[in-house]
Amino acid sequence: MVTAKLRAGDLSRITDMAEVKGRSLWADARKRFLLNKAAVASLLVLMFITLFSLTGEAVAPWTNEEIDFNVIGSADTKGMPSLESGHYFGTDDLGRDLFARSAQGTRVSLMVGFVGTFIAVLVGTVYGAVSGYVGGRTDAIMMRIVDILSAIPYMFVLILLLVMFGRSMFMIFVGIGLLSWLGMARIVRGQTLSLKHKEYIEAARASGVSSWKIILRHILPNLLGVVVVYTTLLIPDMIMAESFISFLGLGVQEPLTSLGALIAEGSKSIVQGSLWQLYFPLAFFTVTLYAFYFVGDGLRDALDPKDR
Amino acid sequence: MFSFIARRLLVAVPTLLFLIVISAVLMHAAPGGPFNSERKLSAEVVANLQAKYGLDQPLYLQIWTYIRDLVLHFDFGPSFKYKDRTVNDIIAQGFPVTLVYGFWSFVIATILGIGAGVIAAIRQNTPTDYLVLSVAIIGAVLPGYVIAPILVLVFTLKLGWLPGGGWEDGEWRYLVLPVIALSTGYIASIARLMRSSMLETLNSNFVRTARAKGLPEWKVITRHVMKPALLPILSYLGPVFVGMITGSVVIDMYFSTGGIGKSFVDSALNRDYSVMLGVTLLVGALTIVFNLIVDVLYAFIDPKIRY
Repeated sequence: MVTAKLRAGDLSRITDMAEVKGRSLWADARKRFLLNKAAVASLLVLMFITLFSLTGEAVAPWTNEEIDFNVIGSADTKGMPSLESGHYFGTDDLGRDLFARSAQGTRVSLMVGFVGTFIAVLVGTVYGAVSGYVGGRTDAIMMRIVDILSAIPYMFVLILLLVMFGRSMFMIFVGIGLLSWLGMARIVRGQTLSLKHKEYIEAARASGVSSWKIILRHILPNLLGVVVVYTTLLIPDMIMAESFISFLGLGVQEPLTSLGALIAEGSKSIVQGSLWQLYFPLAFFTVTLYAFYFVGDGLRDALDPKDR
Repeated sequence: MFSFIARRLLVAVPTLLFLIVISAVLMHAAPGGPFNSERKLSAEVVANLQAKYGLDQPLYLQIWTYIRDLVLHFDFGPSFKYKDRTVNDIIAQGFPVTLVYGFWSFVIATILGIGAGVIAAIRQNTPTDYLVLSVAIIGAVLPGYVIAPILVLVFTLKLGWLPGGGWEDGEWRYLVLPVIALSTGYIASIARLMRSSMLETLNSNFVRTARAKGLPEWKVITRHVMKPALLPILSYLGPVFVGMITGSVVIDMYFSTGGIGKSFVDSALNRDYSVMLGVTLLVGALTIVFNLIVDVLYAFIDPKIRY
C-alpha cells in the first residue's frame, strides 16, 4: 500500500522532470565558490564594508564637514575615539569626525574601484574581442598599439592628465579606467583567438550571422568567466591607484575624501601621537583589498578550469 | 641574434617617438597656460614671457622645436616656474638620488624575493612554505604609502633607531627605511612568482631524471631547477624597475629624500608642465630601454626563443 503510494509520487515526479535542470556551468561555479571559506567570508566582509560606506554617515552623530570646536587645535588630546563625544573613530586635526569621513572615504574609494574597473573592462573586452576575432593585419596593428601604450609610465601620465585637465572625480574615473584596459584587452584577445575556431562559431558564420553579432552573441558570453575573474582582481588595483594619487594630494578634492587621502592625513599626524587617524582608514583600506583578493582568488578557482 | 635585437629596436624606437610626440602635443595643447597666476599680468609682460618661451609661435612649430631639441641636444627646455633652472638641471639634481635607493631596493627585492620563493618551493606544504606565502600575501596588499608611515612609527618614533626622513648624501641610515618601504611589495610578488615557477620545474621529467641518476638534492636544485625557474622572474624585472621609479614619488614625499619623484609632484602642484613632461618622458624612455635589455637577455638565456 505504502510502496504503491510512493511509486505514484515517483511517477508524478518523473512526469515533472522537465523542470529538473542539469547543473549549468554557473551553478557548478557557484557551488565551488561557496565551498571556498576564505572567499565567502571575504564576500561577507565586503558587503559589510559597502553597507558601512553607504550608511555610516547617517548613523554618525556628526557629519563629515561639521567641525567640533571643543576639539579643534588639540585633536591629539581631546579627539580620541570615544562613545561619549560621539566620535566613534576620533577626529582629525580640524575636529572633523573620522567615523563619518571614513565612511565617505570608503565610499569614494569603492566607487573609483567599480567605475574605473567598469570602464577598463568595457574598453578592454570590446577591443580584445574585436582584435582577436578579426585577426590578421588589424589584429597586428591593434596589438602593437597596446604594446606601445603599455610602455608608457601609467601613473605619471595619469597625474599629468589630472593636472592638465583639472582634478575632478570624472577625470579620475576616466583616467584610471582608460589607462588600465590594456591587460584586459590582451587576455580577452587570447581567449577570443582560441574560441574563434570552435564549431559553433563556424556554424554561426556559415549560417550568415554578421561578425558583430557573432562577437556579441557567441564570443562575449563565453568570455564572461575570464572577464569576471580579472574584473575582481582589477578592482583592488584601481583602489590602490586612486589612493596613490590621493596620498600625493592630487586626487579627489575637499570636502570629498578617499581612503588614500585619509591615510595621507593620518600618516602626517602620527608625529603628534593621534594614531587613530592612521589606524582606522588603514584598516578599512587593507581589509577591503584583502577581501577583494580573496574573492578574486575564489572566483578564479570556481570559474577558470585550467587553474585547478 | 643580431636580427632579433634589430627587430626589438624597431619596436622600441617608434614607441619612444610616439611618446615624445604625444608629450609635446599635450604640453602645448593643455588648457590654462603656465603663466595664469592670480596676479593679473599686463599684456606686454605676457607677450614678453610668451616670446621668451616660444609660446607665440604656431603650435606645429613649437612642437617641432621641442622634439628637435630633445632628440638632437637631449634638451628638455626651460622650466616654466623657475626662471633660472632648466628641466635638465632639475632632473640632474633628483635623478641620482632616485637611482641610489632604487638600485638598492631593486637588488634587495630580487635577492630576497628569489630566496624566499626557492625556500618555500623546496619546503612545499610545510610551515615554512605557509609562512612565506602569508607574508607574501600581506606584502602584496601593502603599498609603499602604507608601509612608510608604519615604518616611521616603529623605527623612528617608538624605537628611535633610524631617521624618519632626509637624505644626507645617501648615508646608509637614511637609506634603510626608504629601501624597505620600496622593496617590500616586490619581494612579496617575486617570492610568489618564484615559488610557483620552481614548483612547476620541480615536477618536470628532467628533474626526475637528475634525481634518478643519483645527484644530491642541492645539486639538482642549483644546476637543473634554478635556471629554467628564473626565466619568468627575468621578464617580471621590467615591471619591477618601473615600480621602483613610480614608487619613488611616494618615497620622496614621505621621507623627503629629494629624488625625481619630488620634482614630479612639485611640478604637478605648480603646473610646471615642462618639468612634468620631461620626467614622464625620461621614465618612459628608461622603461623602454630596460624592457629591451630584458628581452635581449631573455633571448640569450632561453634556448626555446627563436630569433
